[in-house]
Amino acid sequence: MAEVLVFVDHVDGAVRKPTLELLTLARRIGEPVAVALGAGAENTAAALAEHGAVKVLTHDASEYADYLVVPKVDALQAAVESVSPAAVLVPSSAEGKEIAARLALRIGSGIITDAVDIEAGDEGPVATQSVFAASFTTKSRVSKGTPVITVKPNSAAVEAAPAAGAVEALAVTFSAQATGTKVTGRTPRESTGRPELTEAAIVVSGGRGVNGAENFALIESLADSLGAAVGASRAAVDAGWYPHTNQVGQTGKSVSPQLYIANGISGAIQHRAGMQTSKTIVAVNKDAEAPIFDLVDYGVVGDLFDVVPQLTDEINTRKG
Amino acid sequence: MSLRIVVTVKYVPDATGDRHFADDLTVDRDDVDGLLSELDEYAVEQALQISENSDDDVEITVLTVGPEDAKDALRKALSMGADKAIHVEDDDLHGTDAIGTSLVLAKAIEKAGYDLVISGLASTDGTMGVVPALLAERLGVPQVTLLSEVSVEDGTVKGRRDGDAASEQLEASLPAVVSVTDQSGEARYPSFKGIMAAKKKPVESWDLSDLDLEAEEVGLEGAWTAVDSATERPARTAGTIVKDEGEGGKQLAEFLAGQKFI
Repeated sequence: MAEVLVFVDHVDGAVRKPTLELLTLARRIGEPVAVALGAGAENTAAALAEHGAVKVLTHDASEYADYLVVPKVDALQAAVESVSPAAVLVPSSAEGKEIAARLALRIGSGIITDAVDIEAGDEGPVATQSVFAASFTTKSRVSKGTPVITVKPNSAAVEAAPAAGAVEALAVTFSAQATGTKVTGRTPRESTGRPELTEAAIVVSGGRGVNGAENFALIESLADSLGAAVGASRAAVDAGWYPHTNQVGQTGKSVSPQLYIANGISGAIQHRAGMQTSKTIVAVNKDAEAPIFDLVDYGVVGDLFDVVPQLTDEINTRKG
Repeated sequence: MSLRIVVTVKYVPDATGDRHFADDLTVDRDDVDGLLSELDEYAVEQALQISENSDDDVEITVLTVGPEDAKDALRKALSMGADKAIHVEDDDLHGTDAIGTSLVLAKAIEKAGYDLVISGLASTDGTMGVVPALLAERLGVPQVTLLSEVSVEDGTVKGRRDGDAASEQLEASLPAVVSVTDQSGEARYPSFKGIMAAKKKPVESWDLSDLDLEAEEVGLEGAWTAVDSATERPARTAGTIVKDEGEGGKQLAEFLAGQKFI
């Protein structure tokens, strides 16, 4: 069976969930071989093996932390050359897409980004994408070279499928370009203790109707009652009420959780582009004419300052 | 000293319009108005700010690849303050994918001459966000991408990249490819004076032969990817909507419990 390379997104050896989802998708089209780079790469092996990686190629060097993107492209290219895979799957983060793009160019292949599903096809893997603010679903394939496909978080349920996961050292020679862009400083983002926005099963968002940074505490309380991530519309972010890293929409993050709760968000096309593929959509908004109500499974026309605290209390009571 | 900045921009279908696919599964550009991709306005803005903050002689060229109407996107950028424009237009470009677009752009950038390329973070139609990285790879220069802050001094570009896990300070020597996010600074509106001045600014038109490219390297024929189908998403079935009369939060909790979210 053909091997499929999976690029591993991990933090000091802790594998992030989108990578485990990729292993599930990779098994549909071949045998997953994982590529883990940087500090702690070898510690990823157990989790990757548990989810189907037959092999884990690892390499650590200071270049991965000290320079932007290109060292990882060099390593992934070395992995492609050593394995000759049927496809390469990469998580659809901003960096993941950049790595995938440069790799595709180097190996003479096409690239598909932001797939939400992958299946085997007669002419190679077929990727499903959700486009034009999720108003269309397309099926595409790479027609030249080794398919390079980036996959959005929450595109597959994580399945355990124990495999050998034998660790092998990957031999990497860095290119002249590898050290072109220096990372001269790094400030880690402070953890809120809440789930990562793009990976969360439930997202609770606030928009213009929240009307002030201090009022986002209401949104956070609701999120915490459900173990959810907090999102914000562009209007709320531009007003400085919530950080840009939490922005849901065309110019922010695109999320696809099991449940999305929009509070005080009208539902402009730019916001819908980032959340329309959520499985269940709920909205609270004063304006009965707000376009968000066209999308919802359940909507409450009302003042979020009344509805949200009551909802939070009720959830906390029911959880006992 | 002089600094040559090329800003790559895209003419895209208006996202607030009803976007569709044409019969050949390329984006239907006839049914909906086009405009300069909003995210590219930030790239033009940063080029203008670099120019305003520089002691050097800065020349800003805006570059686009697209159909006849794409000139509108160039005019907008010129009216914001760019100095000149290049329009790569050729019937054989129809259906070019991201890899092909990066090839055409890279050839045009090399022909134009550059010290710095600035792009938006992604187009608002394809939203792939890969062209800046592809350009850096093709041009063999550093990529300094997804910046929310950018500055250029003494042949070095510096910027801040806000990622999920960390905020990073980046630095590279020119020539380089930069992309900027919508957090980099509000894009200015063209002034009346700017709009009038733009009419007199030069717009060069190049076709594939000007770039030593063959038709089969681009377009649908040359594409590295193929779209097999495009299906309109079925309209969502109408949901339940209640008016809050004091129990709205409780009713919503009941719905969430019924869906097993609580």
